[in-house]
Amino acid sequence: MTGSTRGSTRRSTRGSGESSGPLRYPLLFAVVIISAFPVYWTFMIPSRTNDVVGQLPPPFLPGGHFFANAARVFDTVNFGKALMNSVIVAGSITLSTLLFCSLAGFAFAKLNFRGRNALLLVVVSTMMVPVQLGIISLYIEMQELGWGNRLISVVLPTAVTAFGVVFMRQSVIQAVPDELLEAGRIDGCGTLRLYWHVALPALRPAMAVLGLLTFMQAWNDFMWPLIVLNAENPTVQVALSTLASGHYRDNTLVLAGTALGTIPVLVIFALFGRQIIGGIMEGAVKG
Amino acid sequence: MTIATPAHPAQTTAESAPAARETPRRQRRPHSTFRRIGRATVPYWLIAPFFVIFTAFGLFPMLYTAWISLTDRDMLRPDAAKFIGLGNYTDLFSDEFFWNAVGNTFLLMAMSSVPQLAFALILAHILNTRLRARTLFRMGVLLPNITSIVAVTIVFSQIFGRQFGLISWLLDTVGLDPINWQAGEWTSKTAIASMVIWRWTGYNALIYLGAMQAIPKEHFEAAAMDGASTWRQLWHITLPALRPTIAFTALISVIGQIQLFTEPLLFDNSPGSVSGGNSHQFQTLALLLYEESFRLHNFGYGSAIAWVMFLVTMALAAGAYFVTRGTSRLTGGSR
Repeated sequence: MTGSTRGSTRRSTRGSGESSGPLRYPLLFAVVIISAFPVYWTFMIPSRTNDVVGQLPPPFLPGGHFFANAARVFDTVNFGKALMNSVIVAGSITLSTLLFCSLAGFAFAKLNFRGRNALLLVVVSTMMVPVQLGIISLYIEMQELGWGNRLISVVLPTAVTAFGVVFMRQSVIQAVPDELLEAGRIDGCGTLRLYWHVALPALRPAMAVLGLLTFMQAWNDFMWPLIVLNAENPTVQVALSTLASGHYRDNTLVLAGTALGTIPVLVIFALFGRQIIGGIMEGAVKG
Repeated sequence: MTIATPAHPAQTTAESAPAARETPRRQRRPHSTFRRIGRATVPYWLIAPFFVIFTAFGLFPMLYTAWISLTDRDMLRPDAAKFIGLGNYTDLFSDEFFWNAVGNTFLLMAMSSVPQLAFALILAHILNTRLRARTLFRMGVLLPNITSIVAVTIVFSQIFGRQFGLISWLLDTVGLDPINWQAGEWTSKTAIASMVIWRWTGYNALIYLGAMQAIPKEHFEAAAMDGASTWRQLWHITLPALRPTIAFTALISVIGQIQLFTEPLLFDNSPGSVSGGNSHQFQTLALLLYEESFRLHNFGYGSAIAWVMFLVTMALAAGAYFVTRGTSRLTGGSR
């Protein structure tokens, strides 16, 4: 974030940017409208009745039927359970990712141990391996472990990710000065206490970013939950796909469910959008 | 990759212990042997969770999938599985649905990746100028990326609907016939590619924007003094500097496209269908994998598809690696 602020101040003294023309605001507005329109549509359609939605031209302004259609979603599929399952799954994945990735990131960034660079290389290269392609075996494995159709089978495979480890390692390098750790050592802190009392407080902003990205990704994950969970014990995305494939003509119902499932990530984005954007832009510099 | 960390006390202890020199540290040794060994293993305990999870739920399934791909295994009767060597692979290479899925996957990859990355570059270039309401614009372009692919596909399917879809109505108002987007070879792919482009352009633009802001400002200042327009600056300064980032996003995008699954699954408007349209016109490899494994229960055959996809991905990644290495060497880049 600091980098971008600094850059823009310098840029403003230069005063260029204007030369890219008066077109840039209309262009940006057009892009933002194209970006926002389908999201608007997701909320507008279910605020109408199917009769009105089925007319041409379609309605463009919201009506007053959103709650009636939302209630139909809960009658049609087990949406309450789906919401709860998604909260449990995304929450557990986020917490375990934050804990294990920050511990591993701390170790890779600040501790010297035999084989560190080789092991880090292994972590980085696993990011390129499309492990999703192992789903058939993963399905068999989860059945064998007795976890078929249980939420733990969705949580465990992404409980700690290579991306998170690499991200936290970079964050530790940037946010935790060696001098602070050495001072802690001299005061007699062990490695774990250094992590807890010195590194963690400095890592809070980075952990917020990783936590937000992880939560949204886990909330939106679809293919693996679809395979391992059944329709009686779904996540939100699985329930939505059931809704969409069974009632594809009932647009107000299907989009009401879609809107409900999108609200949590929209709220997170509205509250923490700035941090999420900062995380993605920094990722570019780090990567 | 290597970080120059000043030696830690723990490290110094561990390394200098074998050296038989009389130091105060050595005198403490008898009391702390156990603790020192414990401390030496601490780093491994901290990184262990990743390796345990990856081995159990990433590496092992990958390798076991390779074994299954050599057997004739039914999902419901695993005990009846028998080894058939490369039988699944020879079947696969003479399967018209497989080649259809290969073609669809690569076509969709080209139709979505290329415009997506090009739009993202232009968008990033505009976002990289002095702007009012900067955060608002950035949030606006990222909005599509936070919605789930399921949600995107559902709402786009409605918008692309034949009878009451917004696009059909728009075509009608300008005097064109409505299009049955799902039915056509190209129209269905256009609709699916538009979903991918919509969801990922802003995300990639922000990655490019981050990389653009890391370019030293002096380069632009010098070019501006020479009278280069910003679009010329984009071409001559920004693009060369962004080459590694562009290669990275292209690779990530291509790897994502090989596994394109949710869009073709849910864009299909016949209930419960997993074949990617009536004539498989938008069935991708991932969708074929899903159909063969979890609908038709052919775990052996599905595993063979998975391994072909895996090998193709690895080949593309290796290709991208050598291409970027080659170009950066040519241009004298650092990496």
